[in-house]
Amino acid sequence: MSTPAITMDNAVPPKVGPRAFLQRLRHGDEIAHLVTLIFAASILLLTSLLVLELWRESHLSRAQFKWSFFWTSTWDPVFNHFGALPFIYGTLVTSAVSLAIAVPLGLAAAVFLAELAPRTLSDYIAFLIDLLAAVPSVIYGLLGIFIVVPLMRTTIGPALKHTLGFLPIFSGPNYGVGFLTAGIVLSIMIVPFIISVSREVLLTVPRDQREAAMGLGATRWEATWKVVVPWARTGIMGSIFLALARALGETMAVTMVIGNDPKIAASLFAPGYTIAAVIANEFTEATGDLYLSSLIELGLVLFLMTFILNGLARILIVATERGGGRPS
Amino acid sequence: MNRIRTIWRKSLNVVMLTLTGVAAFAVVGVLFFILGYLVYYGGKSLNWNFFTKLPVPVGETGGGMANAIVGSLKLLLLAALMGLPVGLIAGIYLAEFGGKTFSFVIRYTTDLLNGVPSIVMGIFAYSIVVEPVKHFSTLAGGFALGVMTIPITVRATEEFLRAIPGSLREGAMALGASKWRTIASVVLPAASGGIITGMLLALARVAGETAPLLFTAFSNQFWSPGWSQPIASLPVMIYTYAIAPYDDWHRQAWAAGLVLLGLVLLANLGCRLVMNRRGVRGV
Amino acid sequence: MTTEHSHAVSTKDAPVRFQISHLNFFYGAKQAVFDVNLSIPAKKVTALIGPSGCGKSTFLRTLNRMNETIRHSRVVGDIQLDGQDILSMDVVALRRRVGMVFQRPNPFPKSIYDNVAYGLRINGYKGRLDDLVEHSLRRAALWEEVKDYLHKSAFALSGGQQQRLCIARALAVDPEVLLLDEPCSALDPVTTAKIEELMFQLKDSCTMAIVTHNMQQAARASDFTAFMLDGRLIEHSETSKLFTTPHDPRTEAYITGRFG
Repeated sequence: MSTPAITMDNAVPPKVGPRAFLQRLRHGDEIAHLVTLIFAASILLLTSLLVLELWRESHLSRAQFKWSFFWTSTWDPVFNHFGALPFIYGTLVTSAVSLAIAVPLGLAAAVFLAELAPRTLSDYIAFLIDLLAAVPSVIYGLLGIFIVVPLMRTTIGPALKHTLGFLPIFSGPNYGVGFLTAGIVLSIMIVPFIISVSREVLLTVPRDQREAAMGLGATRWEATWKVVVPWARTGIMGSIFLALARALGETMAVTMVIGNDPKIAASLFAPGYTIAAVIANEFTEATGDLYLSSLIELGLVLFLMTFILNGLARILIVATERGGGRPS
Repeated sequence: MNRIRTIWRKSLNVVMLTLTGVAAFAVVGVLFFILGYLVYYGGKSLNWNFFTKLPVPVGETGGGMANAIVGSLKLLLLAALMGLPVGLIAGIYLAEFGGKTFSFVIRYTTDLLNGVPSIVMGIFAYSIVVEPVKHFSTLAGGFALGVMTIPITVRATEEFLRAIPGSLREGAMALGASKWRTIASVVLPAASGGIITGMLLALARVAGETAPLLFTAFSNQFWSPGWSQPIASLPVMIYTYAIAPYDDWHRQAWAAGLVLLGLVLLANLGCRLVMNRRGVRGV
Repeated sequence: MTTEHSHAVSTKDAPVRFQISHLNFFYGAKQAVFDVNLSIPAKKVTALIGPSGCGKSTFLRTLNRMNETIRHSRVVGDIQLDGQDILSMDVVALRRRVGMVFQRPNPFPKSIYDNVAYGLRINGYKGRLDDLVEHSLRRAALWEEVKDYLHKSAFALSGGQQQRLCIARALAVDPEVLLLDEPCSALDPVTTAKIEELMFQLKDSCTMAIVTHNMQQAARASDFTAFMLDGRLIEHSETSKLFTTPHDPRTEAYITGRFG
């Protein structure tokens, strides 16, 4: 018997449909699908609710100050005049200082772990560094207050003043607390992230890259710095963004050592304030709806900053994984 | 000329490579430094009172942080009850049932949630739980911490479920197990070790969080019966005592810091060792 | 394109478990099985042979609808198990009647006992589990080796033992048909011989269809053999006849080793 050719196009569809659905229903698969889907959707709900609440609760201050919120530097609960500038400044400065310390330190350590250390030692140290990332913020704050602050006041500060005191960033009185101290404490907190991501990225650089460079007579360092690291640079950038996002949102350690003064100052020795710190300190003290609303608007700003940074970080890290970090 | 250049390159090589080693050991050194300091200062102040007594007014001695320890445990319990099941079941969805676009959206949202600064999470919990009733509560704190456990749990669940080979699922289905049955009786038990360690890591992480509790659970000098009153917690106590001007409080802050760090590091150490032994990438 | 005329097995005297007519199978847009007509006689062993990629495993897996787990797969045609259309049957009920043993042993990470009892438990079998477990392990010729270690992990067993455990597990629900997808390809010759012997003992109670790339195994252990090539059934007859006097030149080429 000959039958016409059956192809995908004229094939009779499989005998599924309502009968199969009922069977799946009876066996509980559809219910399981539904239940798990609901829980997954609840995450979507929670996150949307979060953004919604931030938006809603900041309404008063957004309506009152509009865009001037971002360039006003007064923070006056008495006269109900609030501006975000000192906090944005403080957040950016402390983060910049922390990156300035953590990036060279972290990158150097990552290079050591990925390129020089034997694999077992590298894994062991990477493990310990992961533990460092697990230390709670308040513990760093504790050490910040009782170790870094006195150290800044007695040793580091005077040393910097002595050598670089002519620079505006090292001018002015040094009380121990301030932007620099906060930046130092922050740097220790974010360096594990830079190390762990950069190390992983560096480990994926193909061996032949190194070997090609060294075959041409480059020293180990030159091969690393001029070939391997550039190859991995997108991923490393990603790790920096990630660390930055972390630094922006850090609350406890910063608020314990920054001095909590909503002023913009050129000197790193000056006390300052960050977005997270002011929210932590003043939220429960906020008398008046506008006050609270301004604090929440600051929270919204912080959320947006970290959201954008995390997004960028993820794109960069994924780009490395996909394209093999080919330097353009 | 060439020889000078070569000498320069070689010395630079040695110097730079040494510096990288110094950097790595310096960072690790910080960890041991932190531990050492806490063990020294905290250990000195740990005593039986610390674990059993309530805080006493300034000036008096013999106070402790019993309520904060219990408080942290209560908050962790709430966080576990609220966050872990959501993370687990959502993770099951992503690994076993998810459609392509919706799963992508959920994963993206989960990552987003993970990146939310903890202070902002506190604001969220405040507006949802505290504001409607106009008072701080254990529930609010537990909610904030619970939401924070979700992303880590989702990721761990999905990762470890996906790691279970398809041959195991096929074996169950060939015996007449329906899909959910296969998941519940074969896949989930097989992945349970990894998932549980992921959950423990999530809890260890939120146990140390202070910011989300500042205006949700707030604090409490006394015991906090039930779930709708403010409650003391170790991290908040450490913060409050550390920034105060009293030496006795500083002493207690160190002790509390040691206890907190000890528990968090122990949990992390344990979990990561278990996961490394299984040869799986950490969460 | 005309269908291949295969020398159909005489089904007038032997009862047939599976009757497959005009079976076509698609992985997405790619067709893997073309218009197969085949009957699988009861209480006999039918072997499916052919070069890699000829579709024999795909074909086997349509018989217990395991292919449905693959997205965008489609079955077109008629498959009857004892006169019932399996495509509209409840798939869970189908799989209780048609069991499967896979290429690589895949015991669950549970104890030996729990592995065998698994199918029984999920199908809600009443009666004494202990007895049923022992019975299945005996049928799989594994009882003597494991009877004192029933609560040890299945992974403590050797590869060959694990495969026999998987057979015991499949047999526990008392299937009418057992499908075996290259069950010995990961095992050594001694274990392979044990399993072939097992098949011989089992066929009285259980119809079997086995996919194998090992022609000697097919010749040794089966009653009927079907040869497939490029997704089509080329020839199907009693094993002795197929191997001594194949009808189709392609069959002859394959079994004399000229390709595959």
